[in-house]
Order: sequence, then structure tokens, then C-alpha cells
Amino acid sequence: MSTLYAFDYERPTTQADAVRLIQAGGRPLAGGQTLIASMKLHLASPSQLVDLGAIPELVGIRKQGDELVIGAMTCHRDVAESTVVREAIPALAALADLIGDKQIRSMGTIGGSVANNDPAADYPAALLALGATIHTASRKIAADDFFQGLFSTALEEGEIITAIHFPIPQRAAYVKFPQPASLFALIGVFVAQFRKSVRVAVTGGGSGVFRHTAMEAALSRDFSPAAIANVATDVESLSSDLHGSNAYRAHLVSVIAQRAVAGAQG
Amino acid sequence: MGANEFVNKPHIGESVRRVEDARFITGQGNYVDDIVEAGQKYAAFVRSTYPHARLTGVDTSAAEEMPGVIRIFTGKDIAGKCGGLPAGWMIVQVDGAPMKEPQRPFLAIDKVRYVGEPVAMVVADTKEQAQNAIESVMVDYDPLDPVIDVHKAANGPALHAEAPDNRCYKWGIGDKAGVDAAFTKAAHITKIDLINNRMIPNAMEPRAANATFSRATGESTLYTTSQNPHLVRLLMCANILQIPETKLRVVAPDVGGGFGSKINVYPEDVGVVWASRALNCPVKWTAERSESFLSDTHGRDHHTHAEMAMDKDGHFLALRVHSDVNLGAYLATFGPAVPTYMYATLLAGQYKTPQLYAEVDAWFTNTAPVDAYRGAGRPEASYVVERIVTRCGWELGLSQDEIRRRNFITEYPYQTPVAMQYDTGDWPKCLDEANKLAEVDSFDQRRKASEAKGLRRGIGYSSYVEACGMGPSRIVGQLGARAGLYESGEVRVNPTGSVTVFTGTHSHGQGHETAFAQLVAARLGVAIENVEVVHGDTNRIPFGMGTYGSRSLAVGGGAIMKALDKIEEKAKKIAAHLLEASDADIEFENGQLTVKGTDKKISFGEVALAAYVPHNYPLEKLEPGLDETAFFDPPNFTFPGGTYICEVEIDPATGVVTIDRFTCVDDFGVIVNPMLVDGQVHGGVMQGIGQALLEEGVYDQETGQLLTGSFMDYTMPRAINLPNFRIGTVCTPCTSNPIGSKGAGEAGAIGAPPAVINAVLDALKPLGVNDIDMPATPFHVWTAIHNAKA
Repeated sequence: MSTLYAFDYERPTTQADAVRLIQAGGRPLAGGQTLIASMKLHLASPSQLVDLGAIPELVGIRKQGDELVIGAMTCHRDVAESTVVREAIPALAALADLIGDKQIRSMGTIGGSVANNDPAADYPAALLALGATIHTASRKIAADDFFQGLFSTALEEGEIITAIHFPIPQRAAYVKFPQPASLFALIGVFVAQFRKSVRVAVTGGGSGVFRHTAMEAALSRDFSPAAIANVATDVESLSSDLHGSNAYRAHLVSVIAQRAVAGAQG
Repeated sequence: MGANEFVNKPHIGESVRRVEDARFITGQGNYVDDIVEAGQKYAAFVRSTYPHARLTGVDTSAAEEMPGVIRIFTGKDIAGKCGGLPAGWMIVQVDGAPMKEPQRPFLAIDKVRYVGEPVAMVVADTKEQAQNAIESVMVDYDPLDPVIDVHKAANGPALHAEAPDNRCYKWGIGDKAGVDAAFTKAAHITKIDLINNRMIPNAMEPRAANATFSRATGESTLYTTSQNPHLVRLLMCANILQIPETKLRVVAPDVGGGFGSKINVYPEDVGVVWASRALNCPVKWTAERSESFLSDTHGRDHHTHAEMAMDKDGHFLALRVHSDVNLGAYLATFGPAVPTYMYATLLAGQYKTPQLYAEVDAWFTNTAPVDAYRGAGRPEASYVVERIVTRCGWELGLSQDEIRRRNFITEYPYQTPVAMQYDTGDWPKCLDEANKLAEVDSFDQRRKASEAKGLRRGIGYSSYVEACGMGPSRIVGQLGARAGLYESGEVRVNPTGSVTVFTGTHSHGQGHETAFAQLVAARLGVAIENVEVVHGDTNRIPFGMGTYGSRSLAVGGGAIMKALDKIEEKAKKIAAHLLEASDADIEFENGQLTVKGTDKKISFGEVALAAYVPHNYPLEKLEPGLDETAFFDPPNFTFPGGTYICEVEIDPATGVVTIDRFTCVDDFGVIVNPMLVDGQVHGGVMQGIGQALLEEGVYDQETGQLLTGSFMDYTMPRAINLPNFRIGTVCTPCTSNPIGSKGAGEAGAIGAPPAVINAVLDALKPLGVNDIDMPATPFHVWTAIHNAKA
């Protein structure tokens, strides 16, 4: 269906007003790249949409101490083109540039993507591998606690993301192997090396983004593609569909992770 | 006028810019959904969510109470009151019995047979109201096991009482005994099993229909996204509504792509006409993309085993082919013809294979009906032939070039063992040209360079031939067509010298308005911008069969050429009178009519004016006016052919296939507009590559649900999937139409898939991979490599 059911539309200009409306039952609307499509298909039928697009404090990119801070309503294009991001975490800018197409990158937002937690989305891999912190209107949540599987997060009813805080790694890279039709990640691997640790996050593989701890351990000893060439991935935890069996996905995790490490090495 | 004289006329062979482009690029096209009538109402269809079920009840009471709902129609409303949707061809089986031809009502009456089949039609004041109301129509289904796999159809539950074993027909062509005898003498036999994957057409413009009705005159007008408006009118009047043709006008205005999926007469077309007549108001329906996936006719879906018998030197002795083909749940308009006469008659390919026998079992399954899709039968044939020919070469240690060259037909006309007589061609030359353009000489260097990077490189050949220009009515009638396949053209010279051309063909992206204007400008010497081409409206154009099978220029252009012959002849008579000479002494060149051997002349414009202002005119022996109609029924099909060479690079670690270069050398006969032809080749090759690497319509074997029901799972080709094409042409003029043209619309989709797959296999051979089915997606390629290792 291309026609949406009728709904009320609010466009608050302050975070406080937005939170009030959402806590009263309104559905937050970020970039709308998933929600509007779901409404067109009659898979979602909110009675009230609260558009977060007019709240200035939710938008923007800044370096704050040793963190990179990106406002929740910052669109993918702005992240991709930001010199601040490109200098601090070039892999994150590159990732943003791989999302969808130009139209989607101009509409879709980091906060919307993270809150939606699509199992094949790109941003969750970055947040998890970089050990980011998700700031909401009321609290801070570590990425490790935030992503809870298929479209599921630690967000509570009425809670909205305000910004993402990223620690800045020594080096990082994201490599995405696209599902041929949707161009979402069939497998995407984000590798980040910090002074004392290496973190590896995989998206697209199954029911949600996950850390590959065996690869992290191997890379902590030796940050090279060869170090993880023989590190196995649990096949059973991955999904199978038209575009790839779990065995193929497990194989891709290895290949793509090695390419990501090579990419981080430069 | 014949082809040899015609090719030297001005504008022929000139890449004239498309006259259509200005309106399309600036959004001024007039598509069906753009048409809004006074008092417009809207229809939406309740579609079956089950692949196979008995309908035990359709409760519309809640939906009828929804805002704006005017009326809801169900199968009960139409049962016994109108005919079913007809098939355009009758296939006679090997035992002489007619094919099984089940009824297809436009709304399901007692059973549903595929997911997406229309069950009820809601008419409401707005589109939104109609779409909201369909969700409140309560349908009771008594589910039955679905039949999805053609190999299991014979033992599955019957879809139709008329076909208890789900077989529509068993059909054969060729000399079975001759083939069997030849196989006993073979030095080598090559065998292959392959699947020609199901395609979902996805024209850019979804289907739409808008019907109006005049109670005063009893006339309906149907605006619809059709490739053949007269055929829609004919079938709808004669078979379905049973009203005279005078009471139905069918208009196919600007149409955004067809690819065969807009040949079929669809349930929704009938539905809006039915509703508008019942409610006395205009009723419109426009498909959502998700409806297109479910309810447009799909293409291909053949499962084939083939065997080639050869002598010790690789000369073909006989080809034996068996195909199980999936017709879907019902017979579509061309459905039964595509996997028979449009398929098996091309299995000789470009080769001197003396004996050939093909047998086809056609099955009903609980999937969307299958009909023509760009190439329609011929891509399926070329895929069988070109895959097995390459395999024959490899098994005998011959190159893809050599096995073809050893077996090429070199003398024309050539009578194949499967009904076709090729008139002209030069296939060795196409192969030579393609080798040059593709730089095959340096392939080994490129292969080494790829291997140095850990990649695999392969080269694939496909030397296709197809049959276009449908077609000789007498022959297609013998083959089971229920209509003729001539074409009509009217050339109306207006009083001040502009020209209107009325054609029975239909342009839905091909550029007829440009190419046909070139014909007229070439012949009459008028400026191209003074020629207007009218198509698509049964009240304006003479009866014609529409556009499919690359027939428009060869057959439709042929009709226009014949009408132009008549115009020229009459113009000469008028000029003879005005110049006081005899008819035989008048020459017509570049818009001037001259008395042979003199400087006495008159312009075509003056002749046209005299025809309509006949003050000084031979009225006693010549009618005024300059307006001629011709029908052209060609004596034979046309046979475009050529060689395609695809070169791929494969990443064995991920299975990703990259097309490094793609070379096409086609013989389309005489080319009127090379730019339009290049566009057709680009689009066709893109669809062929799409089939080979990306696209597949997949139904769940258990649930019968369409798994590839959106662009999230059905991979349409994107620009990033393609290289620049290397295109060349060879010209041997066709002898069965006045232009010498063979048709270019489908060649790319016919020639490309086997070239791509042969290249993929050439690249993977060293890894032990001998076979792969389309589409060669990264997953399928990796799986083939992985299994070969195991």
C-alpha cells in the first residue's frame, strides 16, 4: 500500500516538548527511512508522529575532549562529509557514505538507525566496535548493553536518543559486503584498534550486531589479517536465507574481517 | 520499395535524436495514472494470501460500511455473466489432443490458485478509501497443498479439474526417430541439465487501468498500460464481455516499459471496465509495486535436459531436448506459445545440426501466470544451445570459438529441422568481429594478471539466433495462433504537407515516433518534425497487433512502407496531371516530383495541397485526398543473430562476479536509427546480465509465498553492475520485409545469459566447477566453489 493511515503530526522545537509528547504515546520520527516505509506498507500505524527534525540540540558533530560526539538527528550525509569525523574516525565517515543511496543518506539519521537496530544496519557495528556510549534524554547506555538483538534495544518506552559519544581509536576500518538486492550488509565488519584493546563487531550475520571476541583476542596479540585467517565463527548463530546460507555468512565474516584489518592497516 | 534502394535514402542510418525525449524528460508524458476523469472513482483488489485454497466465503459487509465505499464485487457477482480470460494460442499435444484450457475468471469464484490472485474488487470515492476497505473484506479460505515445483506437479493436488495431473500439454517438434538413430552413431555425447530462472519483469511504470462508460451510447473506454490495445479490445469484447468492438475503445497512451508483461489481458483491466459499466462512473486502478511483483506475468522458468550427439571431430549430429516448463496457475495470453513455438523452433541455433527433437511438458503450478518476457522462448532456447555447445567444445578439448565455427551454417536460406527457414546471415563474420572487439587475442595476458591478484578470469561465448518479426499469419495460424500477426499502417498527408502516421504497433519506450518519422521523411522528403506518429488508440489507429517480439519496424514499418508506396504512386499521378506529363515519366526524389529528363518539377507540398484543394485535378479518374492505409503480412519471420563475448573476473573468496567487458556483434539487417538500436542492445544486455547474475523470482516451496516480493530481495540490475558495452554490427539485409530490418528489441536478453554463464564457468573450471545455475550470485558462486573442493 502506498497510502498511509491517517495520523496526527507534531514537530516540537525543544527536546523537552518532544519527550513530553513521546511519553504521552507519540511515536518518534527521526529520518523516517524505515518508519515511513513501514507505514506505507501498513506494517505500522502510529496515531501520532513526533518529528524530531526541528530540535536544534539534537543535530551536530563536535570533538569533545577525546570523544567524537554526533547528535542523534545528524543525517548520514553530514557524517560522511564532516571534516571533524574524517579526521577523528575516518572509518566512521566512510561507513556513513556506504549507507543506502544519496536520498537515504540525506534523510536518514544516526539516532534513527541506532534506535531501530536493524540486524543488517551499518551504524550498530560502528557503535559496538568503537565502544560508543548512547546518550538519551535521561541517561547514558554503553553500546555493549544497548543492542539486544533483532530490532531490540535498551531504550525504554518514551526514551529518545540525543547523541552518540565515540571514543577515538588508533585505527579502524569498516568493510561491508552488500546483500545484492537491498544493498544492506549481508556481512559488515567494523574493526577498531585502541591502545589497550581491539574490538570487532559484525552486522548482517544473524539476529543482530555482535562482537567477535575470538577475533578480538587474536588481533590483540597480532593486528594483522593473517592473525584471524583461521579464527572460526559460530555457524549456528548465523542466519540462512535466499542471499546466503549460515556457512557462507560465517565464511564471509572471516574474509571481510581480514579485509577490514588490512584496511585499518592502510 | 525494396531494402537496397531504401538504405540510400536520407535519414536512414542516422542517429536522429528521439522526438519523444522532450516530453518524457520534462515530465510531460501522459500515462494512464495521469488520466483523471470527472467523477473519478478508484478500485482496489483483495488478493489471495494463499497459493491454493477453496474459497468458502467472502464477507464484504464490514468493508461496505467503510467510508467512501461504493460497491464491492466478488466472484459471485460475475459467475456465469462473463467469459474467462482467454489464451491467444492453442497448442496441440503429441497425441493430437488439444491442450488443457481451464477457465480463468477475473475474480476467483470457487478457488484461488496463486498468491496475489484477485478475489474481490472494492470501488470507492478515493484510492485511500478503496485500499483501506480491502483490509476489511473477510475471506474464508480452506487451504490446499500448493504445487510449486514443476517436477512434483504431476503427483500434486490438481489446480484445475480440467487437468487432473496438472499438465497443460505434452508437445513435441522434430524427428524423434531420426534423432534416436543419429545418437546410436555418435562418437561423443554431451549432456546438460539447466534451469532458466523465473524472471519478474518490473517495468518502471506499474500496470494501471482506468475505464469510463457512457450510458447514453453504451460505450466503454479503457485506458490501460498495454503493448497491444487492439488485442485487448478484441479479446475483451469477443471472449470476456461479449460486446461488439464498437462499444469498447482501448487506449494505451504513454507506457513506461512493457518487456512482454503488458501483452497479457489482465483481470484488473476487465475489472475496471466491469465496474464502470455496473456503476456508470469512471473507475481507476494503479498497481502498487508489491502488487506488480505478485500479479504481473512472470517470465521463463524452464527446467531442461539436453543431449548433443557428435562425430569424432565435434560436428553436431543430433540434439535432443526435454523441458519441463512452469506456466503458473493459469494460461496467460501468449503463455502456451512461449515455451513451444517461440522456443523449440530456435533450438537449431546457428548450427548445422541435421537432426533435432524437442519435447515440452507444460505444468500448472500455484504461482503467478508466466508469459512473454523480453525474448519470450528464444532466450530459453539460446541458453540451452549456447550452454551445451560450449560444453561440447570443452569436453572435446576445442575452444568456444572452434566448436562454433565447425558447426556454423554458412549457406542461406537454410531450412532447420524445426520449422524455421533462415533467410540471411553471416555468422562467422559476427564471430570474427566480436573476437576483434573483445580483444580475445590478449585474453591470456589479462587472465594471468587476474590470477596474480588472486582472482579468476573467464571468457564466455554465445552465438545466438532468434526469430522476430511475427509473423507470417499463415504459419502462426498453423502453429496455433488464434489471431493474425500482420501489421497496419496509415499515412495521412495533411493539406499543408505535414504527415500523420497511424500505426498498429505500440511504443512503450522503443522510440517509434522517431524511427517511423524517419521512414516517412526518407520517402517523402518532408522534415522529420513535420511527421507525427499516432499509436495506442483503437479509435484512431487501424486494427493492428501491437508491439512484442521485436516486430515493430520489420512488420509495422513494413506496413508504413507499403502505405508510402501508395502515397508515392498517387502523388505521381497528381503531379503528372499538374505537370501535363504521363504518370510513368514522373520521378519522386527528395520531396520533388520531376518529369524525367526535364527541369519540370513540383514539390510534394504542392501535390498534397492539390489533393485536398482539387481545383485543377483529374477528378474523373482520381479521388481527392492523400491518405493511404496498408496491411503488411510478412512472408517469413526475421532472424537476427550474432555473437556475444563476456569476460568476467571472479573473487573466489566471496564469489563476486565482475563483468570486465561485454562485447556484442549483432546482425539486425538494415538499421534505421543506430542510436535507438544501441539503446535496445544496452537494455537487452542489461536484462540478460540481470538474469545471469542477479534476478530470480523465488516461491517458498512449502508455503507458496513469493519470497522475492520486493526490491529488498529481488535484485534489479543497477548501473554499478555493468561495464561499458562494446557494440558492433554486421548487416545482411532481411529479405522478408521492405526495410530489410530484422528487429533489435530482444537480442540482448537472448544472447547475453549464456555468454555470462559460459564466462563464469570458464573462470571456475580450474577450481573444479563444471556447472552453475543462474543467477550466479556471490552465494551461488561461492557454494559451487565450496562444493567442488569438498
